[in-house]
Amino acid sequence: MRNKRDRMKWLTIVLFLLPSTIGLLVFSIIPIFYSLIISFTDWNGLNPWNLAAGTPDFIGFGNFKAILEGEEFWRVLKNTMYYIVLYIPLILAASVLAAILLNNAYRAIGLYRVIFFIPVLTSWVAAALIWKWLLSDDYGPVNAILSFVAGIDGPAWLQDRTWAMPGIVFASIWKDMGFFALIMLGGLQAINPAYYEAAHIDGANFWKRFTRITIPLLSPMLFFVLIMCIINSFQLFPQVMIMTQDAGPYGSTQVMVERIYKFAFKYYKMGYASSFSWILFVIIFAFTAIQMKLQKKWVHYDS
Amino acid sequence: MVKLRFVKALTIIVIIAMVSVIAACSGGNDKNAAESSGTPSASDSPKASESPKETSEAPEENVTVKFGNFSGAGDTAKYLTQMQEAFEKEHPNIKIEIETIAYGDYFTQMQTRVAAGQAPDAYELNYENFVSYAKKGVLLDINPFFEATQFDKSTLNQQALNAFSADGTQYGMPGSFSNVLLIYNKELFAEANAELPTNDWTWKEFDDAAAKIRALDKNTFGVFQPIQFHEFYKLVQQNDGSLLNADKTAFTVNSPENVETLQRLVDRVLKSNVMPTQAQLSGVGDWDLFKAGRLGMIVTGVWAFSDFMQNVKFEWDVAVEPGNKKKATHFFSNGLVINKDSKVAEAAFEWIKFLSSSKEAAKIRVDAGWELPAVTYPDVLEAYLKTTPPANRQAVFDSLEFLVTPPVIEQFTEMADILGIHLTAASEGAKSAQEALDDAQKELTDKIKLQ
Repeated sequence: MRNKRDRMKWLTIVLFLLPSTIGLLVFSIIPIFYSLIISFTDWNGLNPWNLAAGTPDFIGFGNFKAILEGEEFWRVLKNTMYYIVLYIPLILAASVLAAILLNNAYRAIGLYRVIFFIPVLTSWVAAALIWKWLLSDDYGPVNAILSFVAGIDGPAWLQDRTWAMPGIVFASIWKDMGFFALIMLGGLQAINPAYYEAAHIDGANFWKRFTRITIPLLSPMLFFVLIMCIINSFQLFPQVMIMTQDAGPYGSTQVMVERIYKFAFKYYKMGYASSFSWILFVIIFAFTAIQMKLQKKWVHYDS
Repeated sequence: MVKLRFVKALTIIVIIAMVSVIAACSGGNDKNAAESSGTPSASDSPKASESPKETSEAPEENVTVKFGNFSGAGDTAKYLTQMQEAFEKEHPNIKIEIETIAYGDYFTQMQTRVAAGQAPDAYELNYENFVSYAKKGVLLDINPFFEATQFDKSTLNQQALNAFSADGTQYGMPGSFSNVLLIYNKELFAEANAELPTNDWTWKEFDDAAAKIRALDKNTFGVFQPIQFHEFYKLVQQNDGSLLNADKTAFTVNSPENVETLQRLVDRVLKSNVMPTQAQLSGVGDWDLFKAGRLGMIVTGVWAFSDFMQNVKFEWDVAVEPGNKKKATHFFSNGLVINKDSKVAEAAFEWIKFLSSSKEAAKIRVDAGWELPAVTYPDVLEAYLKTTPPANRQAVFDSLEFLVTPPVIEQFTEMADILGIHLTAASEGAKSAQEALDDAQKELTDKIKLQ
């Protein structure tokens, strides 16, 4: 009797899981492994597969070797690193700051929280177009403010090879801040106010309270956001494609996913593109694994 | 605390999900692989062996030809429908099934379908993609059809037709056609006391006039001619240069003629500043600059006509683009091709032949102002010439005499992108013209296989 009920239960579970499992298999798992196979071929992405006739040709690690030996991969990696070095500290600082501001009981605080979250909901196409205008050289507000406040003659942001990437970083921070601030806000609200009270009575000033209570107790959130941001950074794509058409002033905003897209769909080198994306996968995996190891040193899961 | 353990678990779940999304990024491309692997035999039996003569045995059978295109999207859809109706009236046994895909998605979709063995019978390709498709052997050789139907090639512009052949094989026919010429603001010329462009103009007169107009006002520029691949391959030929050696086995990008060509273009921006820098343009489009009356001359295509006719408030006209040691002009054309595996190749050929070279289709095109047909019928072109402005429409046809075609290289888009990046480096003064072309030469030699 119990056996039968158990079986029924299992059947129900399987039935409910089936649709999403099929979707996952067809649209993610199988293609992922397919791309691994393709990465060992010279497939151009155009000719139908016909293994008997040698279409495509299996070339072992040929693509990987060509990518790692070429200058392009390292240049693109450097561009990505430039983005990460600018983006990560700024987004962490900005989202913590925003979360602290939003963690107060102002009137209409809900409205402020919504306003901070709106950029997250905006499509990248619209956001990128707005930022193109904000950062334009002659009539963009950013340069107008720079020259009015600081008397600085601002650069031609997106047309300048040094400043194109920072321009993209600003847009990304504006867009992503709301989402990460929301996560931080959740973390802040989970902190027991008693700690602050105790510290206050002991005479700890705001900075002490921030570094000794807020940051340690927020560290799981910071860790989560850090990992998400690094993964997002390696996958940088729509900003680059829209704000700096075709990867900017002579390739200064060429990044990995942009290269993968071009190789796969514009240059007809699907094998090469697949290898590139697996290298990207390994890099992200390695970064994430290192972070997971390092977290023991600074992330406090128990209060 | 339960909450924090939950956060830890959530962290791990999200990481796994995101990592798999990355791989799916590349995986997305593989849907076609998955599909095509299901039909590996699709290319086992290439219908290329099925010669048109064989298929022509049953002409009376009703057939449906699937036609994929991007240029019939939006406003132009109705003209394509007109052509379809005219064709079906003439060929009652052939039904055309038009499938229009927006330009932005067209080539990724077409790539997926070709790889899956599900390409339409006939479809449209722009030149860049045409070369890749032709070189990869997914298109049908249409020469046998030309012979079988005794097609009169003189009804088409020769260079436009030649553009759609590769390695001596005709893989397509020109559908629409747009050439590039010099468009100028007559009023600015008068104001600057400059002589109007003539067919005898060379770079010198061109640049002198640009300088005079530039001198008028701080915000008025002499000329706009983009420094990019499509202009550059033509401009070097005006200076007797070339991107490839004569037998097309090596790049000659940094030849003295080419360096001189690029130097002139860069000087126009950075030295004489007759052409605006990117910063001076500051996001304003080149056409908008012209329409605003702030630009003396612009080198652009006939596709600008309908916009300029409506939106330009001053007097303007056109001329054949000036050359240097010789004249060279270029054009853009979208080709019509037949899928190598099409089962109705003969009917598909009738359809693209109609679109490309028939008088009816050409008339619809001219009447609609939908680019230019690549045809040579004098009476059809007469109608085109009668419309003004520009008064000197004849220059559109005079330009055809000097047409040059881009190099036919399998990795065409990649080559154009690489060269483009180095050209920009020079145009912004980050490198000298010589350095930029030396670097381009090196990178192209490393990355682009020639035959």
